[in-house]
Amino acid sequence: MPLPKFRLEKTGAPLWFRGLIPVITLALTFILTSGLIIWGKANPFEAYYYFLIDPLSGRVSFLEVLVKSTPLILTGIAVTVAFVSGYYNIGAEGQLYAGALAAAWLGTVLGGVSTPVAIPLMVIGGFVAGMAWALIPALLRVYLNVDEVVTTLLTNSIILFIISAILNGPWRDPQSGWPQSPEIAESTRLPQLVERSRLHFGLVIALIAVAVVWFILTRTSFGLKLRAVGLGKEGARFAGIHVERTMLIAALISGGIAGIAGYVEVAGIQYHLIGELSPGYGYTGIIIATMGGLNALGVGASALFFGLVETGAQTVSRALGVPVYLGEVTQATMLLVILGMFLLQRYRIRRV
Amino acid sequence: MFLISNEEDAVHAVEMRQITKQFGDVTANDCVDFQLKNGEIHALLGENGAGKTTLMRILFGLYQEDRGEVMVDGQQVRIGSPKDAIGLGIGMVTQHFALVPPFSVAENVVMGYRESLSLDMKALEAEVAASAGKFGIEIDPAAIVRHLSVGQKQRVEILKALFREARVLILDEPTAVLIPQEVDALFEILRNLREEGISIIFISHKLNEAMAISDRVTVLRDGRAISTIDTSSTNPTELAKMMVGRETFGVTRQGETVADQPTLQVENLCADDERDLQALSDVSLIVNAGEILGIAGVGGNGQTELAETLCGTRTPTSGSIRVRAQEMSGASPSEMTAAGVGRIPEDRHAGIVGELSVAENMVLEHLGRFTSRGVLDKKSIRNYAQKLIDQFQIKARPTDMARTLSGGNLQKLLLARVLAHQPHVIIAPQPTRGLDVGATEYVHNQLLEQRARGAAVLLISEDLDEIMALSDRIAVMYEGEIVGVLPVQDADIERLGLMMSGVLKKFNNAITQV
Repeated sequence: MPLPKFRLEKTGAPLWFRGLIPVITLALTFILTSGLIIWGKANPFEAYYYFLIDPLSGRVSFLEVLVKSTPLILTGIAVTVAFVSGYYNIGAEGQLYAGALAAAWLGTVLGGVSTPVAIPLMVIGGFVAGMAWALIPALLRVYLNVDEVVTTLLTNSIILFIISAILNGPWRDPQSGWPQSPEIAESTRLPQLVERSRLHFGLVIALIAVAVVWFILTRTSFGLKLRAVGLGKEGARFAGIHVERTMLIAALISGGIAGIAGYVEVAGIQYHLIGELSPGYGYTGIIIATMGGLNALGVGASALFFGLVETGAQTVSRALGVPVYLGEVTQATMLLVILGMFLLQRYRIRRV
Repeated sequence: MFLISNEEDAVHAVEMRQITKQFGDVTANDCVDFQLKNGEIHALLGENGAGKTTLMRILFGLYQEDRGEVMVDGQQVRIGSPKDAIGLGIGMVTQHFALVPPFSVAENVVMGYRESLSLDMKALEAEVAASAGKFGIEIDPAAIVRHLSVGQKQRVEILKALFREARVLILDEPTAVLIPQEVDALFEILRNLREEGISIIFISHKLNEAMAISDRVTVLRDGRAISTIDTSSTNPTELAKMMVGRETFGVTRQGETVADQPTLQVENLCADDERDLQALSDVSLIVNAGEILGIAGVGGNGQTELAETLCGTRTPTSGSIRVRAQEMSGASPSEMTAAGVGRIPEDRHAGIVGELSVAENMVLEHLGRFTSRGVLDKKSIRNYAQKLIDQFQIKARPTDMARTLSGGNLQKLLLARVLAHQPHVIIAPQPTRGLDVGATEYVHNQLLEQRARGAAVLLISEDLDEIMALSDRIAVMYEGEIVGVLPVQDADIERLGLMMSGVLKKFNNAITQV
């Protein structure tokens, strides 16, 4: 008897299947990672409880999820703006540091101004710095067709060395001798949102960024141009859109928003610039943007989810004694599963 | 003719039974029966999209049939890949040649077939030459493929198939890329092959070619086999009826234009192609209001570059383009649009953004009109799109992704986007390429309506019938130059063919030499 033949067809998956995608994603990730958890001598079900549910049940840990999400929302949104236009900005990490550098400097010189004045000034400062750092790769891409994936990635390393040089040179802390910048003035710090927590006004800035980018992408003619350029350069060019200019602007806005993420971390959490300011927020932003389907609201939601997973990784390791790296492994596994799901979403399996 | 056997139950070289193939909701082949006798030239005739190529791709193993069976020399076979097909002695020559340009003819012929560590090129060249000689194909085995003409490259492809011991040769629209004189040479080769006992399937949508070369004809329409008939017992009119399924088709121009209002004036226009080689040299044209100027020529003689330059997507190196006396040379696409140039893209799919909706694609050229202070007026965009969909009879909803539209509906979308703004000039490169009869007629009628409205239409087409049916005047392009312009009354296929082949550079010469 011949085996039944199956065939992949490139049409949209049935609706019931699309609804199941988040469930399947989670289940598959669970199955794929539980082996590692068992190897780490823990119960996978217990681990996932601490991972995904425990952080949401307590006030302190819930607020910590939001704290962790704040820079991720911003880098996720930053990457989204670039990716929507077809500019593959892998440099959000470096642009974040550029923004942080500007914020650390502004925080020491703007000591005299009040907080409501300092916040917009420093947002602009962070934005401009991130934008400036994004400018060179963007110009190379648009005018000389140099692959932005390579250049933005390489500029990340460059700025880390620049910052290291500054922190070990002129800005070395005079008292402790540590490679960290002087503390920024009290008035330039972001105010706390909730008493006795690390949650700060940066979350509001991040949410505003989500709203603004969502509005630009879905409701304005500039947003439509961005999408047109990203989805079909030829068609966009034929319709009279300035493809290069549009892409350049998207790259700069993207860098600017990543710069704000750096400002928020300096002025909301650390109060000075350190070399280890970001544990890869810029790179995680790429994952978040992809997972959010390059839709601003989806990106915001996926950033919150990543904040949860990062907080949860620490909870699990405290409660069950497994390494914190498990959180990163889970994130990575989930991304791979999601990418696979995206692919499946576009096909139907038919029996012939 | 001695080759046509009268025995009905003779073993066929190829027999396809009840072949059915679906792509999504489209049935490309619907229970098609097809029989190829040994040593015959069998024309597979049908309009674009009738399912000819699909059927042959199944035979060559590029597609798998959903239902039906294939027999080769009376044996039922399963052809899972072109490799299987070649093993069964089936060869296919498509319009897109799979040749390595820097290699010699002999190298291309043996490539991937003869594999050994050391190649004795001299011996291989001799072997290829012998094979070519046997089948009456004139080609120098040592010639570098890059230097060959299109017709010669096609011969290399045919030789490649024969060298792999093909007994059945499928030719997919082999004349589409050839000038009329090269077609004669090809037909000569095909007759030689028939004498050598090769069975040939000749895919075409051109009636006269099917009549001229084939022993039998199978007509496909909308994925079904309509009829198989001896060529000697039919005529072009009957075949045309079978192909289109109705008595008359085509369109007619009405009234002559008053040619005194030059709307589009092109003078000494030069432009380069992607490789920085000159693609247009001193092109000068005038298109008057209410006139269709047809540009005829074999593909690749600068037509694409001319259209792109006039659309603003290619920058000219010198020369002038004037639209209603306004100098537009080097203008951007949006400036061209603003000056009243309606631009229909040559490559439909490159002219739209497939992942955007129908409505978004419709307004993309004129975003300013649907935006106040940078914010899109979604409601007016939707209403505008619905209006155009109704007016141009596009089978789609405003929210559908543009990529889901069929070729005909996509072309209607592009026409709607352009014509809704009543442009003074319309640039229409290959506007009906790949469209079915109905959509082609629709496009023709739209262009004629624009002509009647007083627009200046530049129609670029490789289809001489289309050019002759629509144009008031015909310009012929050859190697980036306009080799002659003549009123449609003075044009006939033979004269245009000579001009297209570059034999005659000027119409004046044509008169003295023909």
